[in-house]
Amino acid sequence: MTDKTEPQTLYEKVWADHVVKTYDNGTDLLYVDRHLVQEVSSPQAFKGLKQAGRPMHRPDAHISVADHAVPTQGRGHPLREGLAASQVARLYENAREYGVPYIPMQDRRHGIVHVIGPELAFTLPGVVLVCGDSHTCTHGAFGAIAFGIGASECECVFATQVLRQQRQKTMRIRLEGVRPEGVEVKDMILAVIAEIGIGGGVGHAIEYAGSAVRDLSMEQRMTLCNMSIEAGSRIGMVAPDEKTFAYLEGRPLAPKGADWEAALDYWRSLPSDPDAVFDREVVIDVSTLSPFVSWGTTPEECAPIAGTVPDPSDVEDEGRRARMQRSVEYMGLTPGMALSDLTVDRVFIGSCTNGRIEDLRQAAEVVAGRKVSPGIDAMVVPGSAAVRAQAESEGLDKIFVEAGFSWRASGCSMCVGMNDDRLTPGQRCASTSNRNFEGRQGIGGRTHLMSPPMAAAAAIAGHLVDVRSLKKGAVE
Amino acid sequence: MKPFDTVTSVAAWIDEDAIDTDIIFPARFLLLLDKEGLGKHAFHERRNDPRQSTPFILDRPPYDKAEILVAAQDFGTGSSREQAVWALADFGLRCVIAESFGEIFFANCFKNGVLPVRLSPDDIAVVREAAQREELVTIDLPTQEVRLASGVVIGFEIEPYRKDALLNGLDEIGSIQRDDGADIAAFEEKQKRRAPWLYYSEEQLAHFNDLGEEILGEPTGKSG
Repeated sequence: MTDKTEPQTLYEKVWADHVVKTYDNGTDLLYVDRHLVQEVSSPQAFKGLKQAGRPMHRPDAHISVADHAVPTQGRGHPLREGLAASQVARLYENAREYGVPYIPMQDRRHGIVHVIGPELAFTLPGVVLVCGDSHTCTHGAFGAIAFGIGASECECVFATQVLRQQRQKTMRIRLEGVRPEGVEVKDMILAVIAEIGIGGGVGHAIEYAGSAVRDLSMEQRMTLCNMSIEAGSRIGMVAPDEKTFAYLEGRPLAPKGADWEAALDYWRSLPSDPDAVFDREVVIDVSTLSPFVSWGTTPEECAPIAGTVPDPSDVEDEGRRARMQRSVEYMGLTPGMALSDLTVDRVFIGSCTNGRIEDLRQAAEVVAGRKVSPGIDAMVVPGSAAVRAQAESEGLDKIFVEAGFSWRASGCSMCVGMNDDRLTPGQRCASTSNRNFEGRQGIGGRTHLMSPPMAAAAAIAGHLVDVRSLKKGAVE
Repeated sequence: MKPFDTVTSVAAWIDEDAIDTDIIFPARFLLLLDKEGLGKHAFHERRNDPRQSTPFILDRPPYDKAEILVAAQDFGTGSSREQAVWALADFGLRCVIAESFGEIFFANCFKNGVLPVRLSPDDIAVVREAAQREELVTIDLPTQEVRLASGVVIGFEIEPYRKDALLNGLDEIGSIQRDDGADIAAFEEKQKRRAPWLYYSEEQLAHFNDLGEEILGEPTGKSG
């Protein structure tokens, strides 16, 4: 299927197998196998389709679900009248009109698009998968080319199943070594972003490789790929391997029988050839990392938990200094203060970054037998109904509830301030989500990104804290 | 889509890196269902910041009529929300100049007749100074030039296909359907043979047979 004469990267192989045609100007017409549809980026796309009187090219290539706007409690009742209810209703009506499967809020298959895609095996190695959501890079964990698109491109996929695209350059980020205890995959990706910067991946498709990546579970690989967009790249991939296949086998939309065997043969041909050349290489030794927290309002503004708030006046570049000054002010910080001195008001464990079962297990391990610090509003929001059910079958919900956490239904929740779960102005939150932008979790809210164990530890300690010291029982 | 040729206007400026799409268009307004009329929500928090002593630049004459915005590094990073571009376009902006852009924002601009121009930090400083002097700035797409009142001319790069699309106000979907339909059909036939697992069987699709209805009407079931 692929041209074997020249060494190719994973990205180049999957790309080549989806080129419908190449135009004279060098752009490609790229075939899209899968499209996840949610309520925020689709209403205008459906409207455009309708206004132009265009049919949907291939309804079975899409799955729709409302995840951003939905409340995470009081489910089973109709949504309170308002904009969110209208948006969910609009998606439901559009999906019905065009024959696209729609997963209702109460369904056992409901969840954040980037959690349920893999759960259903809608996500597969070697596919091109898109969604009107920047965290679509999550699905690259399976060796798919998966990227976020705007609503106009969603409309184009509805109508044609293709996009006119230019092939990206390639970047390999090798993560080598063994993670020290307490260092999670979230710390690895925050370290990557701190290293290459929020624009470091622009124009590139990232492939994560190295011993520390091979060792990761599929869930951890999803966390890694999920935040590629935070490093500027729409695409982050991991080569499929036996773990990938074991995860997918038997899931509802996974190939069956002879198809499965044929697919396996193909998927095994996808990893980058040993002598493939990447346009850029980055190597990070994960054995030197420690748990990270973000202090500012971009994901690259993060530091080891033992660190301090940096001083903008140390920065020479004018734009950068202005940005950092604004971050420090917005976050209510003083340069030089210890990050572990920051007390929190809220704790959010969930999102398409860290709302999967392994994340919840890790957080529960920290929380077990302890109590949420008085006055802190802490919640756990499973990324999907399946994650919630699995957690409940393991008794994790009881651990969280007994500690004082609120146990919620699936959705994007407080990762994005467009549903009922939001910070109020000035509130400080330890969050397992992906963006610490101004206002991201609510107007004036202050977000600190971190791993699930670190967020759980912050809930117990009442302030940002190195989870490793909490485990030793040394923290007040 | 509105074609883009040349634009001459005063330029507003924001000298700050990493203006993400949450700043450009805060998340709560994403609940709106249309793409029209979003300009009033652009930079909402910045425009309504009680701490600021002067109005936000886009609310200050002559910049409230600016069709050009001069930004810094990493403009439009983060969320894929096309609302960020719709809001800027609805506000009247036709061109954003920056050192670098978020990729999805960059792509979204071209779908809406907005030209994103990448310039070096030094060139941006020159344009920003002209903007601060309230001088007219011309963006000439056919010649790929930014021209200042002082006579300074700065060239910029743009991919030929994107330039064509903007100049012609191309309806991309219509163009694909008209010019590429047969290629798409041929590709699908080929793909069905070489990778049949990518096309669902009846059995697989049956997985969705028991999808219920969304609860939009009267209360039913128990809370969860």
